[in-house]
Amino acid sequence: MGEVLVLVEQSDGGVKKVTTELLTLARSLGEASAVWVGPGYSDAAAATLAEFGAGTVYVAGDAAYADHPVAPKAEVLAQLVAEKAPIAVLVASTADGKESAGRLAVKTNSGVITDAVAVSPDLIATQSVFGGSTVVHSKVTAGTPIISVRPNSIAPVAAPGAAARVDVAVDLSDAAKKATVTGRTVAAKGGRPDLAEASIVVSGGRGVGGPEGFGVIEALADSLKAAVGASRAATDAGWYPHQFQVGQTGKTVSPQLYIANGISGAIQHRAGMQTSKTIIVVNKDPEAPIFELADFGVVGDLFTVVFQLTEEIGKRAH
Amino acid sequence: MKIAVCVKQVPDTWAEKTLQASDSTLDRDAADGVMNELDEYAVEEALQLAEAQGGEVTVVTMGPERAAETVRKALSMGADNGIHLVDASLHGSDALATSYALAETLKGRGFDLVIFGSESTDARMSVVPAMVAERLGLPQLTFAQKVEVVGDRVTIQRVSEAGYDTVEASLPALVSVVEKVNEPRYPSFKGIMAAKKKPVETLSIADAGLDAAKLGLSAAWSSVEDFAARPPKAAGTVVTDAGDGGAKIADYLSEHKFI
Ligand SMILES: Cc1cc2nc3c(=O)[nH]c(=O)nc-3n(C[C@H](O)[C@H](O)[C@H](O)COP(=O)(O)OP(=O)(O)OC[C@H]3O[C@@H](n4cnc5c(N)ncnc54)[C@H](O)[C@@H]3O)c2cc1C
Ligand SMILES: Nc1ncnc2c1ncn2[C@@H]1O[C@H](COP(=O)(O)O)[C@@H](O)[C@H]1O
Repeated sequence: MGEVLVLVEQSDGGVKKVTTELLTLARSLGEASAVWVGPGYSDAAAATLAEFGAGTVYVAGDAAYADHPVAPKAEVLAQLVAEKAPIAVLVASTADGKESAGRLAVKTNSGVITDAVAVSPDLIATQSVFGGSTVVHSKVTAGTPIISVRPNSIAPVAAPGAAARVDVAVDLSDAAKKATVTGRTVAAKGGRPDLAEASIVVSGGRGVGGPEGFGVIEALADSLKAAVGASRAATDAGWYPHQFQVGQTGKTVSPQLYIANGISGAIQHRAGMQTSKTIIVVNKDPEAPIFELADFGVVGDLFTVVFQLTEEIGKRAH
Repeated sequence: MKIAVCVKQVPDTWAEKTLQASDSTLDRDAADGVMNELDEYAVEEALQLAEAQGGEVTVVTMGPERAAETVRKALSMGADNGIHLVDASLHGSDALATSYALAETLKGRGFDLVIFGSESTDARMSVVPAMVAERLGLPQLTFAQKVEVVGDRVTIQRVSEAGYDTVEASLPALVSVVEKVNEPRYPSFKGIMAAKKKPVETLSIADAGLDAAKLGLSAAWSSVEDFAARPPKAAGTVVTDAGDGGAKIADYLSEHKFI
């Protein structure tokens, strides 16, 4: 069986959930190997990679790799592709993942497919395009297939692997070092799950009325252990931080459950949430286009409806 | 400062998009073409930088004849001149081919800064800027919510999962912007009139020195096996709140095992 490289998405020295999804997928295609780029490879990371079946973990642990955006990941992957001749490379559909994939494709003269939601054992990728209206099956026809996969598309399944560590060192090219990260600003995220990865997302839009209104949205989110999202109208108004924006120019989310409150359903918002498995809508305007997507919707004032819903969830949890 | 800004013509966001049965490419004639929304922000950023520092803005597009409208729009916003790469053999080019064509067209023209939108609304790949940076060996400063040029240094705020990263490089450099970066202007009447007289270089692939074997549908590094319209989602249940709306959602959530 051929090797499938999975580029690890990390957060605070740990492994993100999407990587466990990619490892699960990789095992259905061949032998799963993880690729860690940057400093801070930890026992916790190793344990997660082992739990989800990584046979090998290539660790490119030089601190310098974290000083430059994207390019080092592509260079590490390119060297591994040349040495190991994997049957495919999987990355997460995040900004870093897709850009690494793009640069790797240029370096290795390989085809790249982005935003796959499934990949079959013969490496045919399924994509959901045009806001979910069309399903496309496509295939890389040259070089090593490089595929970016949307978070939350594959249910992670544990299966023990050796996670044998193999250190790799790649001399970065001068070009890769031209852009330098000189600071990282982390907006407070509180204890909530990561928006792109959360299995439940509760979102608020202009209908929430102001920054205080988001208290109601957060309370509902916390009752469901969900992430909070926002429409652009809400982030532009400064009611909620920008990094929580869902949509074409914000995050694309595909959770099991998406609850849209006071959001009209502009096409740019839909582009970021339309593939959610179940969609619930609360909006006082029965004509709001977001109702077209609703599995269940309530026409009403979000303040009363969401408040009651949060209370009910509290009661039923006991 | 010489600034290039890459813009793409895309089908109007609201238009229904379909793939053509003949070759699985986007049916671009079915809908009105507009400038990719995010590229308006790229044009605006280029204009603001040129206005603040002095400089020239060149708008660059690859696309069919009618993409000339999109070049014109950028010129009427205030760009100085345009380059339009148009050739029948470009039809069906994927991201790799597009990045090759754009990189070759940009090369050797002495641009200090090349600005992109961060995503096209039709392809939605967000890879063309990174690919062009790779091909040209330019520092990649993508997903910028803020761009600052001081002397020969450019600094951006790169939107990250957690907040933003500050990324710096020397010129020449490549930047892509997100919509938080500015508020694009509307073309003024004067701008629209002035645009008619601004020079646009129309290049065929031969003019641009491109290798036809690396372009178009036949050269694509990936192929569509098949596609189908997703069956429309069954209409959901919508109820009007009669004082029990929240409880009804809770019922739905327990029925479907979310709580
Ligand atoms: C280039 C570009 C990129 C964009 N990217 C994004 C993006 O990534 N994400 C995004 O979301 N948007 C994006 N937009 C903006 C998008 O077009 C819409 O303007 C935006 O999504 C509207 O947000 P909204 O639904 O919260 O506000 P509105 O459209 O104003 O809708 C508010 C809704 O709240 C309802 N409401 C009001 N009060 C209450 C109440 N008390 N109870 C219940 N319901 C109530 C109203 O009936 C209405 O339907 C983009 C636009 C452009 C041009
Ligand atoms: N055909 C094209 N002509 C000019 N610029 C393009 C073209 N295709 C993509 N771009 C640029 O690349 C960006 C990202 O596009 P994409 O990778 O397709 O999502 C766009 O916002 C444009 O700035």
